[in-house]
Amino acid sequence: MLEVRGLQVVINSDLQVVRKVDLSVPKGTIHGLIGESGCGKTMTGMAILGLLPKGAGLQAGTFTFEGTDLLSGAATLRGRRIALVSQDPAAALNPVLRVGRQMDDVLRTHSNVAKPARRAQAAALLAATGLPDPDRVLNAYPHQLSGGMQQRVVIAQALATGADFLIADEPTTALDVTVGAQVLALLRRLVAQRGLTILMITHDMDVVAEVCDRASVLYAGITVEEGPTEALLRAPRHPYTKALLAALPDARPKGQRLAALEGAIPPPRQIIQGCAFAPRCPMAMPVCATPPPRRTEGERFWLCHLEARDA
Amino acid sequence: MALARYLLRRLVLSVFVVLGVTMLVFTVAQVVPSDPAALYAGPRPTAALIAKARETLHLDAPLPERFLTFAHAMATADFGVSYKSRRAISQDLAVYLPATLELAIFSTGLALLIGIPSGVIAAARRGGLLDRLGGLSSIVAVAMPTFFLAMLLQGVFCQWLGLLPLSGRIGKEFSVIDPVPFVTGFMLIDTALAARFDAFRDAMAHLILPGLTLAAYPAGVAMRLTRSAMIEILERRHILAARALGLSEARILFGHALPNAVGPALTVIGLSFAYALTGAVLVEIVFAWPGLGRYVSEAILSKDFPVIAAAALVVTLCYVAMNLILDMVQALVDPRVALT
Repeated sequence: MLEVRGLQVVINSDLQVVRKVDLSVPKGTIHGLIGESGCGKTMTGMAILGLLPKGAGLQAGTFTFEGTDLLSGAATLRGRRIALVSQDPAAALNPVLRVGRQMDDVLRTHSNVAKPARRAQAAALLAATGLPDPDRVLNAYPHQLSGGMQQRVVIAQALATGADFLIADEPTTALDVTVGAQVLALLRRLVAQRGLTILMITHDMDVVAEVCDRASVLYAGITVEEGPTEALLRAPRHPYTKALLAALPDARPKGQRLAALEGAIPPPRQIIQGCAFAPRCPMAMPVCATPPPRRTEGERFWLCHLEARDA
Repeated sequence: MALARYLLRRLVLSVFVVLGVTMLVFTVAQVVPSDPAALYAGPRPTAALIAKARETLHLDAPLPERFLTFAHAMATADFGVSYKSRRAISQDLAVYLPATLELAIFSTGLALLIGIPSGVIAAARRGGLLDRLGGLSSIVAVAMPTFFLAMLLQGVFCQWLGLLPLSGRIGKEFSVIDPVPFVTGFMLIDTALAARFDAFRDAMAHLILPGLTLAAYPAGVAMRLTRSAMIEILERRHILAARALGLSEARILFGHALPNAVGPALTVIGLSFAYALTGAVLVEIVFAWPGLGRYVSEAILSKDFPVIAAAALVVTLCYVAMNLILDMVQALVDPRVALT
């Protein structure tokens, strides 16, 4: 459904926020996009939505959504086929407009239905996201709702566009753990019931493990590893993926210091010659100063000089 | 519910404002070094005439009693007679107040209609030609003295282009030759009530130049405030979210961002309404507008205390009413206002 090869986003012609992202998201799946802050996850999402900031330059080998070239036509799909489920729902809803009005604005943009019918549609969409008493929610202002309810409203808005591809940018980061789990279950259900496809942007490995069918690991704006979630988490191939998994709190026995990854990601201005991760990699070799080869194994690939058996 | 409580609170507060102004006006009249009885007695007062005036005006009664009499008179709109002209003040106000209110309301409306949308457009085209042009005109509008702007507009639109009348509220053919009956004192309403549409058009034409002159300052300030508030709001996440949902740019600007950004501009326009009520003397003079400003400034120069008191009270009431309306608008636009 979504095919991205060699996506590159440069801001003001010297900030390389996305260097080389590869993504392939088949219909009806949830694809995780993992990485630490500043690695280009959100920018990749914005590029797909055609919402890059001013002064951003976009290049890609392949950048298509079901046959539409997103290099030129992203804006035509935004809010029609592709919608955003924003992080921090409290900030993503307009504080001075009632939920009903915000739902209605979306519905009226995308259909010619009369107003009373739109209200019924809005109520049905809210109900579909598991909100009890949709009529009360429609009359409420966002600050009168809890975080979980707000996130459901944001999801209902995304559904109201009629989009079948959602970009969920850290949808659970601002929520309680239990509420976040409910929202993830909701997204999973929507994929099953409505045939949605979701690109899940997150830095949370638990979210990936819970709902994603496949996942890509981003480092410094480069897809360093991609594959089915289970294989990726059980047997990571790229040293960076390994380091990420080792840094999870429950990967260590109780009482030991948590594993932290030394160093920082290269700044966006830096031009990367060889492997982007080499300066922080515990297994770095002299050869890592040259661009790493793309290795494949079944449905997964990674970029590393190490042979699979050494890794 | 929260809205009703909020408005009730504002209303109670307004009552105190009116009471306070009444007391202040009364006190000022007591401490000003001038003898009302001497003024009342006329240009060549004798001791006997002054003593008689003192009696008629109850000036010898104890202060609290006089305040109560005064407050009662104000509350019943019995403003007494002018010391100078001996005319009933309520009669004068019936002519001058509607003239001033009509102009003030018209210019406030113009300020809203010009200032806020141009601020929105300037923010949307930030750094572009329209933004720079808007910024320049707002500085000119704010910085130019009103009387000068008035003369400039007269020069361009009457003298040069001949499009609009020079001064007054309505042309001679509708005030002398075939007069429109006086009902409310608002020309636009009176002409409309009389179904005289040529007269209505004429009254409207007379309003435009003084209205624009008075609107220039609040419109300029409102434009700057709206622009900066909009620029801040447009960076918010919910605007990005609205874009991502495919909403049109116009709906995002006016439907989603503006309600978040309009507060400061509304406040400034409310304040400028008070200014238009009595502070617009120069504009009234240049446009020969028979308004409250001129009436009051003449009263002040001749220490015509009952006129000053009546005008102060009436202006306070208008201002308080306007602010209540603005509070209500703000609370309707931004529900969080009512909660704080």
